[in-house]
Amino acid sequence: MSRTGARLDAKKVNSELFTLTYGALVTQLLKDYENVEDVNKQLERMGYNMGIRLIEDFLARTGSGRCYDFRDTAEKIQSGFKIFLGITPTITNWSPAGDAFSLCFETNPLTEFVELPDHCLNLKYCNILTGVLRGACEMVQMEVASWFLQDQLKNDSVTEIRVKFVKRLEDAIPAGED
Amino acid sequence: MKQQNVDTKTNLPDTGEADECLFEYLHAEMVNYVLSSKTNGKEGEEELSPLEWMGFGVGYRIMERLTREWARFKDELDTIKFICMDLWSSLYRKQIDNLRTNHQGVYVLHDNAFRLLTNIGAPDSTQYLREAPRLLAFTCGLLRGSLANLGIVSTVTAEIATLPSCKFHVQVQRV
Repeated sequence: MSRTGARLDAKKVNSELFTLTYGALVTQLLKDYENVEDVNKQLERMGYNMGIRLIEDFLARTGSGRCYDFRDTAEKIQSGFKIFLGITPTITNWSPAGDAFSLCFETNPLTEFVELPDHCLNLKYCNILTGVLRGACEMVQMEVASWFLQDQLKNDSVTEIRVKFVKRLEDAIPAGED
Repeated sequence: MKQQNVDTKTNLPDTGEADECLFEYLHAEMVNYVLSSKTNGKEGEEELSPLEWMGFGVGYRIMERLTREWARFKDELDTIKFICMDLWSSLYRKQIDNLRTNHQGVYVLHDNAFRLLTNIGAPDSTQYLREAPRLLAFTCGLLRGSLANLGIVSTVTAEIATLPSCKFHVQVQRV
């Protein structure tokens, strides 16, 4: 055999596949929509659809039960990032009421190989993450809102996502019961 | 990914690994998006070229990174073999099962259980056969893009006879 290259590292390739695919998607969206705000919205919606499905994987893998408070939720979200993206964001800046916190990312696999050109300053490149959080939490009866406070792509030192608890969603009672 | 992976998965050190299902869900969303966008007016015919184009970009870029430390490929067949064995197994967890060629620029890559098809429908079911080609457009582009970066201009099409197996036809364009 004349092959000299080292075998490819499947995990690394896989993560690059995800990063690059996401990049291709964002590029396509920028091409399709004139307005950057629409791209942000579309990314969030796609994230929501992914979150709805991801939560099942998360619950099946971790076997975790219901969260007993929002701090518990924060930790579970943190472990979710660990499982799916292999990164551990730090949880900081709790609001006094304990209903909002920040996730800080030192590194972010989604933004590897990425630089924002000048005309995209309003683009929230990783907006898919906020959608994922909303979708996943909604499936466990929690409505949360999240948004970016800082973004490394815009020359901040960390990427910070603020997550806020909005309300508890009630189980709908099936018709004819009770 | 079944239950037995729980412990190893959660205790992994930070590897920068995007978990595999992420790609599948993202891919599903891309397919949804492309199908729902305005150009899909005609009945019976789906416009999948944006998917193919996105795949092309990804394939082109990923190849650039993967082959950096490799020796130059001897010839076209050697390149295709790299794709069937190494690229495929890192992207889709398995190698191409069968490679055929007429030695005149036509290659048929046969995958008996293509990753993006394994979770739709029971084996041999025909229920989703009509929709299944949507799931291959991205990969066709990916193949074309990776070949393009290695200096091979081609057209790639895919065909499904029974789920979850499929064939990719690579037709190399000679100048």
